[in-house]
Amino acid sequence: MAENGEKIVCRCMDVTVDDIMKAIEDGYTDIESIKRVTGLGRGPCQGKTCIPIAIGIIARATKKHPDEVGYITPRPPVKPVFFELLADEEGESE
Amino acid sequence: MKDRAELVIIGGGVSGLGTAYQLAKRGFTDIVVIERDYFGSGATGRCGGGIRQQFSEEYNIILARESVRMFEKMSDELGQDIGFRQGGYLILAHTEKEAEDLRRNVRLQNSLDVPSMYMEPEEALEIVPELNIEGLSAAAYCPTDGVAQPFLVIKGYVDNLRKMGVELMDHTEVLDIKVENGEIRKVITDKGDIETRMVLNAAGAWSRNIAKMVGVELPNKPYRHEIMATEHMKPWLKPMVISFHNGVYFSQSHDGEIVGGIGDPNEPSSYNIKSSLEFLERFTSVVVRYIPIMRKVKVMRQWAGLYDVTPDARPILGPVDELPGFIQAHGYSGHGFMIHPMVTKLLAEYIIDGKTSIDIEPLNLRRYTSGETIQEKNVVG
Ligand SMILES: Cc1cc2nc3c(=O)[nH]c(=O)nc-3n(C[C@H](O)[C@H](O)[C@H](O)COP(=O)(O)OP(=O)(O)OC[C@H]3O[C@@H](n4cnc5c(N)ncnc54)[C@H](O)[C@@H]3O)c2cc1C
Ligand code: FES
Repeated sequence: MAENGEKIVCRCMDVTVDDIMKAIEDGYTDIESIKRVTGLGRGPCQGKTCIPIAIGIIARATKKHPDEVGYITPRPPVKPVFFELLADEEGESE
Repeated sequence: MKDRAELVIIGGGVSGLGTAYQLAKRGFTDIVVIERDYFGSGATGRCGGGIRQQFSEEYNIILARESVRMFEKMSDELGQDIGFRQGGYLILAHTEKEAEDLRRNVRLQNSLDVPSMYMEPEEALEIVPELNIEGLSAAAYCPTDGVAQPFLVIKGYVDNLRKMGVELMDHTEVLDIKVENGEIRKVITDKGDIETRMVLNAAGAWSRNIAKMVGVELPNKPYRHEIMATEHMKPWLKPMVISFHNGVYFSQSHDGEIVGGIGDPNEPSSYNIKSSLEFLERFTSVVVRYIPIMRKVKVMRQWAGLYDVTPDARPILGPVDELPGFIQAHGYSGHGFMIHPMVTKLLAEYIIDGKTSIDIEPLNLRRYTSGETIQEKNVVG
């Protein structure tokens, strides 16, 4: 977790460069695993800013090509949507 | 990579890694676990994390009860917080028939030491004050049910297994299994071959493809199951809320998102894991009806995974008659995460001792040819 002077990668979820390096030391070297181990990319911006940065860090640290580190499958909906805009409250929804 | 091992486990979900962990804990470490993608990439990492003991059938109740006892100690044991939270499961019934089923199930669960309770709809308001009880006939609640974070469980197993010296191969695919004179000889992967006499088939919805490699037919079928998560909120929803009436379930995870899904009786069997807008419409329609204040909550992301479904909705465990070294650990039919602690412990007992503390014979593949199946009715989706 972020403390004074640490470099933050994911602002929404408070994940630092050190958190990512620790995950790599533990043997996780692809973005899908590191996202889940650190919590990275699960905030309101859904990783739009932090994931590309994290992929760069992991690629450098593991000497992999960024493509091998992987790209997170984008999870729809692209923009957050209110339940009331999706729900059918008239129909036979039982 | 090792070129020989006493046991090769195919599949890096809770079934495969859980069994590896239970074996290693007892000193059996000559194992290679093979996972095609990253650990937890199958159903496990996509799962809702719900843990319930409120089943309709005695055997499942016992497996779930023992598993809850193991989940209670898991964070300490693994040295990894697994996000386990016992907020209970609140089951909602709509019809008189469903109310009667709940009454019967609660009686059976209580006789097996599971502290579930039957209640009138008004009493459910004490557990979820935001609930709209219009149209409900009854509810049942079990306070020791709960949720945990599947990926943290996976991480706990992976970190411990590495320390215990078990070989874990991720991003490695099993391509074939060689059998000679009725015995397993070799597992062939895209990173090399491993000689072995014993294979644990823990490949989830892909288990039937693994079984085909050795000429065994499995009755399992894959079905897409969709799920979504909301924005993070302060804790307000204590239990997992579910209904067998419409197959819905939702709960608040320890980090504040509401995670939930709904089954679709019209979903055809396939390996499709695309997300659909139609799912969001059906799910939100049911949820706002139960919890009107959810109208103002935002859906943040949605995804899907595969249920690995057997004809009687119960797992397939243990050896197959034609090939005793080929052990099955799949077919969890949408409730594998919650029963995996006890199931994997029993599998480890079978592998090490040749016998188990709870009989797993009733879950042998053989039941489909001998006709001795019992249906589990309390399945969501
Ligand atoms: C959306 C959703 C919600 C769910 N919610 C719940 C819930 O709330 N509670 C609950 O108890 N259960 C739930 N489940 C069910 C639960 O996720 C599964 O029962 C459980 O995770 C099954 O674990 P597994 O290890 O058998 O399978 P998986 O986790 O699917 O693992 C099998 C692994 O085998 C690998 N594999 C396949 N073929 C090969 C090969 N040839 N070579 C190497 N590796 C291979 C796959 O990549 C996969 O990782 C849910 C499932 C889904 C999809
Ligand atoms: S910065 Fe990482 S999720 Fe928003």
